[in-house]
Amino acid sequence: MATSATLPARPAPGARGFFSRLTNGDEIARLITLAFAAAILLVAVTLVWQLWVHSSLARQKFGLGFLTSSAWDPVDDNFGALPFIYGTVITSAIALIIAVPLGVGAAIFLSELAPQRISSTFTFFIELLAAVPSVIYGLLAIFTLVPLMRDYVEPALKKSLGFLPIFSGAIFGVGYLTAGAILAIMTLPFIISISREALLEVPVEQREAALALGATRWESTWQAVVPWARLGIFGSIFLALARALGETMAVTMVIGNDPNIHASLFAPGYTIAAVIANEFSEATGDLYLSALVGLALVLFLLTIVINALARLLIIATTRRGSAHP
Amino acid sequence: MGTANLPSASSSAGKPVGQPGKLKAVHLNFFYGAYQALHDISLEVPANKITALIGPSGCGKSTFLRTLNRISETIHNTRVEGQVLLDDEDVLKVDVTALRRRVGMVFQKSNPFPKSIFDNVAYGPKVNGFRGSLADAVEHSLKRAALWDEVKDKLQKSAYALSGGQQQRLCIARALAVDPEVLLLDEPCSALDPIATAKIEDLLFTLKDQCTIVIVTHNMQQAARVADRTGFFLLGKLIEYNTTEIIFKTPTKQETEDYITGRFG
Amino acid sequence: MTLRNRWRKGLSYVMLSLTGVCAVLAVSILFLILGCLVYNGWRSLDWNFFTKLPKSPGETGGGMANAIVGSFEIVLMATLIGLPIGFMAGVYLSEFGGKTFASLVRYMADLLNGVPSIVIGIFAWTLVVVPMHRFSGFAGGVALAIILIPITARSTEQFMTSVPQTLREGALALGASQWKTIATVVVPAAYRGIATGMILGVARIAGETAPLLFTSLNNEFWSNGLTQPTASLPYMIYTRALAPYEDWHRQAWAAGMVLLVAVLLANMAARLILSRGIAVQK
Repeated sequence: MATSATLPARPAPGARGFFSRLTNGDEIARLITLAFAAAILLVAVTLVWQLWVHSSLARQKFGLGFLTSSAWDPVDDNFGALPFIYGTVITSAIALIIAVPLGVGAAIFLSELAPQRISSTFTFFIELLAAVPSVIYGLLAIFTLVPLMRDYVEPALKKSLGFLPIFSGAIFGVGYLTAGAILAIMTLPFIISISREALLEVPVEQREAALALGATRWESTWQAVVPWARLGIFGSIFLALARALGETMAVTMVIGNDPNIHASLFAPGYTIAAVIANEFSEATGDLYLSALVGLALVLFLLTIVINALARLLIIATTRRGSAHP
Repeated sequence: MGTANLPSASSSAGKPVGQPGKLKAVHLNFFYGAYQALHDISLEVPANKITALIGPSGCGKSTFLRTLNRISETIHNTRVEGQVLLDDEDVLKVDVTALRRRVGMVFQKSNPFPKSIFDNVAYGPKVNGFRGSLADAVEHSLKRAALWDEVKDKLQKSAYALSGGQQQRLCIARALAVDPEVLLLDEPCSALDPIATAKIEDLLFTLKDQCTIVIVTHNMQQAARVADRTGFFLLGKLIEYNTTEIIFKTPTKQETEDYITGRFG
Repeated sequence: MTLRNRWRKGLSYVMLSLTGVCAVLAVSILFLILGCLVYNGWRSLDWNFFTKLPKSPGETGGGMANAIVGSFEIVLMATLIGLPIGFMAGVYLSEFGGKTFASLVRYMADLLNGVPSIVIGIFAWTLVVVPMHRFSGFAGGVALAIILIPITARSTEQFMTSVPQTLREGALALGASQWKTIATVVVPAAYRGIATGMILGVARIAGETAPLLFTSLNNEFWSNGLTQPTASLPYMIYTRALAPYEDWHRQAWAAGMVLLVAVLLANMAARLILSRGIAVQK
């Protein structure tokens, strides 16, 4: 029997006052980690505060008209956000139009059809795509995508669909369509990865029920499985949208840097992130800087809202595991 | 008894006459938020005996067990009213880590740490500031838990390499390593096969000389086999508490008889 | 078989094949990217690249030594600031967090995770560059740290929460205090996941350019400490790619290859660590 083993005597504890609680190791640990957690709150609050304060000049001068004005004249100190909002929205829309069918299609294949090993391997590679830095996408876009668009894709579109205003006009290679295309590639991994997970959660009984009624494999997938996972899929789309809105480097390198609104997708344009990236370090004058920070504030709010929606949708699926309210 | 090396938390004055219960619950009530899980439990656990707590699922026996070493406090929003006395000292007023050294627990599903067998058993002493030979202490505990011969050549292997029954005995060794006065076991054999179960039941017989044992079990035959005293719980109340023989042969309450004879539960 | 059924079957075959095409396309993008970078970058990689400073356009023999070192310095600084804060916050959220405050912190962390990195760059600019009246590697480090903190916090929390409660109870039942339980049982049980999260976070910030655009800026030469504009690999790629010089384009490819290989290796290493087994048995 272990009698010479010595577990040290502990002082008999008394009343639990604050100071005695303070010397308690657990309480100290809790307070220390709490302070670090509070740091996150502090960062978030300070971020909003700084954006608000540093955009005050522009907000005071232009008010809400900032959002609807198309001017961008550093010399005359007249600034408006509309061309950039337009460019941001258009390029993101193009990205989604391309990436959603591709992504959901790939996700269906990986979750429904592919054998486990292929599905895991493919998913592994696709998720690596999400880790590629934006500037590398930009580098590739400049030297491979732009010539491709300029020499093959855009002329082909102009030839066949040139009667549409979006496919008319001069071709430069850089512009909304190219930026949208590279954004599509960048957001693809997110759509695939999250949609695939949403599809994997669908109970196998759903597919079996459809098949048992004589549906083809495609019909059971498209009409029974995919609808069940639709919340998660929509969540992935919103997430992709949020990322597309804020993407900076790749877009900056191929958007063409034109602060005007154009109807044609072949035309050069500008996005909020791109104009900040290009002009912020050179901006002279407080109003100029303030306008750029104002743009950052707009972008911030836009992505917050979209991200919140995305999270609501994704949480809704994981919590209930179904599309049904 | 290892109590010589543990803090003397019991007050020397005012010991009641007669054989004092080692562990005593006095009008114990327990609440999960607004829901009352235990109603006015009063029970005396005799020293160096095996006491079994039986009852159907959800009757509160595990909840009761977990108040004895205050592990119930890890769940938020719980409240205790009444007293639990260890050698006549209210455990609710004692430093909880000191309490848990004296009152050990083995859980329903074995939960060895993702460490080696040696480190698992050595964890308790180390964390409580043990000075002395850890290797001796570990060997001693493993012998008490009747596991030494099976693991003495692989002490550095991961605890997860052991079978389910061995892991549970490892957890018992781990609990014994801090020399507790009381050992609480919460359905320790429910996930084990009959052979492993038998090994653990034999173990309990050898252990009760050195410590007081309280075991929660849903298996009535197990209670009949090992326990000296048995308490029957139902819907958060202690219906009957007596020697095992009386509970199983001549229970006084109708509910006890109904449960024993299998009319429910 | 009726005509309608034949149509349905045919459609099924076509649509499902299309999904396969989508998947193959998606995967091949990765290899196309890698292939393109290796093809273009490999020829430009030489010893000079790693050891020499950039030369003016037209001169050959330049390199990006300052950018490699600069990136390393900035990322190191961000790591030293961001990882401990994120880790501790994650520990709080998982082990000590109550209802309201912890939920608020989680929400804010998720919010920060969704903020575009260029906005974080502006934030760091307001915090560091404006008061200091200069661009500096320090500001870049702060910007990257701000990105790293919420990522690390959430991933640390996620892996620590996944440690089964019964392990904590086992330690507590032996008389361990809560902080000891966390330090000696919970964190070791979750360390694989936590380490993975950290590696992935650092790999992510190492590739970020936008936050550096107006914090650490760039530098064609060595910087004297972190209080001056500091060169970084991503920034170099950006400027070289957009310049009209063929020579600089090759430099951009080489730098891109180096950066991508580093980031991908870190990612794969992290995933390997994770798949080697989460430390706790299910």
